[in-house]
Amino acid sequence: MKATTSYWMGWMAAAVCAAGLAAVGAAEDPGTAKEQFIPLLVYRTGPYAPNGTPWANGKLDYLKLINARDGGVNGVKLTYEECETEYKADRGVECYERLKGKGPTGAALFDPQSTGITFALTERAPVDKIPLITVGYGRSESQDGDVFMWNFPLLGTYWTAADVLMQHIAKKEGGLDKLKGKKIALVFHDSPYGKEPIPMLEEGARARGFELIKIPVTPPGVEQKSVWLQVRQQHPDYVLLWGWGVMNSTALKEAQATAFPRDHLLGVWWSGAEPDVKDVGEGAKGYSALTIQYGAGLSKVHQDIFKYVHDKGQGTGPREEVGTVLYNRGMLIQMLSVEAIRGAQERFGKGKPMTGEQVRWALENLNLDQKRLDALGFGEMLKPVRTSCFDHVGASYARIQTWDGSRWVPGEMYEANQQIITPMARSAAEAYAASKKITPRTPQECRA
Amino acid sequence: MLYRENGQFKTSYAADRQLLPIAQDRWLMIALVASSFVAVPLLAGDYALRALIIPFLILAIAAIGLNILVGYCGQISLGSAGFMGVGAYVAFNLTVRVPQLNFLLVLLLSGTSAALVGMAFGIPSLRIKGLYLAVATLAAQFFLDWAFTRVRWFTADSPSGSVSTNPIDLLGWRIERPIDKYLLVLGIVCLLTLAAKNLTRSHIGRAWMATRDMDVAAEIIGVRPLTAKLSAFAVSSFYAGVAGALWGFVHLGSWEPAAFGVVMSLNVLFMIIIGGLGSMVGSFFGAAFIVVLPLLLNRLPAALGIDLSTTMKSHMESMIFGGLIVLFLAIEPLGLARLWAIGKQKLRVWPFPH
Repeated sequence: MKATTSYWMGWMAAAVCAAGLAAVGAAEDPGTAKEQFIPLLVYRTGPYAPNGTPWANGKLDYLKLINARDGGVNGVKLTYEECETEYKADRGVECYERLKGKGPTGAALFDPQSTGITFALTERAPVDKIPLITVGYGRSESQDGDVFMWNFPLLGTYWTAADVLMQHIAKKEGGLDKLKGKKIALVFHDSPYGKEPIPMLEEGARARGFELIKIPVTPPGVEQKSVWLQVRQQHPDYVLLWGWGVMNSTALKEAQATAFPRDHLLGVWWSGAEPDVKDVGEGAKGYSALTIQYGAGLSKVHQDIFKYVHDKGQGTGPREEVGTVLYNRGMLIQMLSVEAIRGAQERFGKGKPMTGEQVRWALENLNLDQKRLDALGFGEMLKPVRTSCFDHVGASYARIQTWDGSRWVPGEMYEANQQIITPMARSAAEAYAASKKITPRTPQECRA
Repeated sequence: MLYRENGQFKTSYAADRQLLPIAQDRWLMIALVASSFVAVPLLAGDYALRALIIPFLILAIAAIGLNILVGYCGQISLGSAGFMGVGAYVAFNLTVRVPQLNFLLVLLLSGTSAALVGMAFGIPSLRIKGLYLAVATLAAQFFLDWAFTRVRWFTADSPSGSVSTNPIDLLGWRIERPIDKYLLVLGIVCLLTLAAKNLTRSHIGRAWMATRDMDVAAEIIGVRPLTAKLSAFAVSSFYAGVAGALWGFVHLGSWEPAAFGVVMSLNVLFMIIIGGLGSMVGSFFGAAFIVVLPLLLNRLPAALGIDLSTTMKSHMESMIFGGLIVLFLAIEPLGLARLWAIGKQKLRVWPFPH
């Protein structure tokens, strides 16, 4: 038989298929007993990589720090694996399915690093009993823990961010009543992430009397000429930027090109990091953005990171990245995760790996006071956090920071007005519960 | 030697015209279907079902649909994901607004709506061909993308634009576990594949193939171009709509408009190109290739003991994927189905070379 190319191609194809199915379907080694597995969903490629990478590096460095400095949590070493999601929901779900069962007790908790992926995982997490920790993103109504038992938007949601931005604009104008008649434009990433603040802003527009102009930007947001032309035509007093990845830097470049005053441009905490403004530099001077309580800077915990991780050559990213806005946020998120694991161990057995359900309990009963935060090295970075059954946010402060051309200068701290937000979250959560036929928990069930 | 049809004499026209004239083929098909319904649920794990087999089956439906349009009728379409989206959103709206409907009826209706939309966007095919038609269908894709993002009625006024579905309840059978989902999708795939195979062997299929081969000559001998082309668009979009509804309800559970973007359209097109244009089994091969290969490329470095960063793995995936597509098209342009046919032919004359 003549061995044509097709002949060899056929055998090659068959061999590859066999090897592939074996590799993909292979069972994973469950691991030794004293390990806690933490899955890491990241995006280090694609248009969102400039912002996703420092976030992931911060998380990874903190995990390495806990293992190196403390030997894990009460002797239980933290194992981890990264999975690339490219900020896509279907890949995020595939990574979740692949990683959820790893480790002796399964994955401790998931930080999807994306609101889109959070929406997709909110359906699956309750079934698999793994909590989702979505610090400063995710579904805004998931702060209501009675309905969203497994979602934890700690430290703030998009509704708290929108409220703080409205408070800041009011302060600049001289009072909440001065908002009447103003025009505020929202330039948002046309995805669940960008659309999240709209209900809150529409409520604010109705209550305070300003006009809200919604201008969507098609993801990934590299093309914004028409968007900023619209901004120029509408002449808003303020523009709120709700972007991610390259959309942020493009927006600032376009704002500079259309001469929109940068000090009237305000960004959410995902639009206020170094990758967004570094390219524009002086052109973004005066641009302000929110941070989740702490922006860029070095604190006590960073000294430990340098000592135990970077000086030993174990640093995930470059040394200069330590202390940047998104790196710090990643560290913060991982610190909350580790403290939840620690809290779970206090209740369910010190020195043992925890299951997702146990970590969920700990996330719901998180009580980090100033003393504990100081001991962890986060004393300057975070105000005390206290979650409860009903309140899955824990603290809703946000600080404004302003770019002065070369660095972020911290401004004042605001607290979101939970009087408005909590009832809105409650009604949205109840609507979700009705559509999904979930019964909200009662206070008695909570105390269990 | 094993595959010859020696002694298999057909004594009726029906026997001569059957789908699988060779007895060994019939046995193989029975074994395949039986093992799919019985062995796979027993042997495959949850992850394999969820991440490999169910997406493979659903995308196979979409690939069959596009193969009918591109492979059998010769009309290039880059809008298949848009039609999948139509099916998904219509199914979502029906389950939300008319919850009493049986899910199979919902699938039928979503497929039909996708077929109507497909026919509407197929009208340009009566005037334009080839690359220009591809661009027109790409415009359909983008229009549908825009419609699902901007027209709030489609997402039932969801503020985030993201929709989520409840588990399907089929006359008391609650479809929640991967096994239930697998069996539902498998049943639908079997039915639709049979339907497609029969369609392509009928006079409609011959009209499609005549249009593909030389549409002017086809028109001269009496094949109506309007009927042929629009029916191809209708059937193809029906399959895409059903696939989209299953993709949204069974595989994703919750999706945003970006899930049915142009990348998905291109993926389905790659499936049929690599699998083999104008071949039913080719659609399955292509779907398997596209679903399994990225996961395989992700796991292979770890399986071989090579430690790569996630960035490197992701880049290598793209590079190898693209490289393999180019390789396949260069070496065997007729796709994996052609390799399969060559393999079968070799088996027929084995152990002789020819």
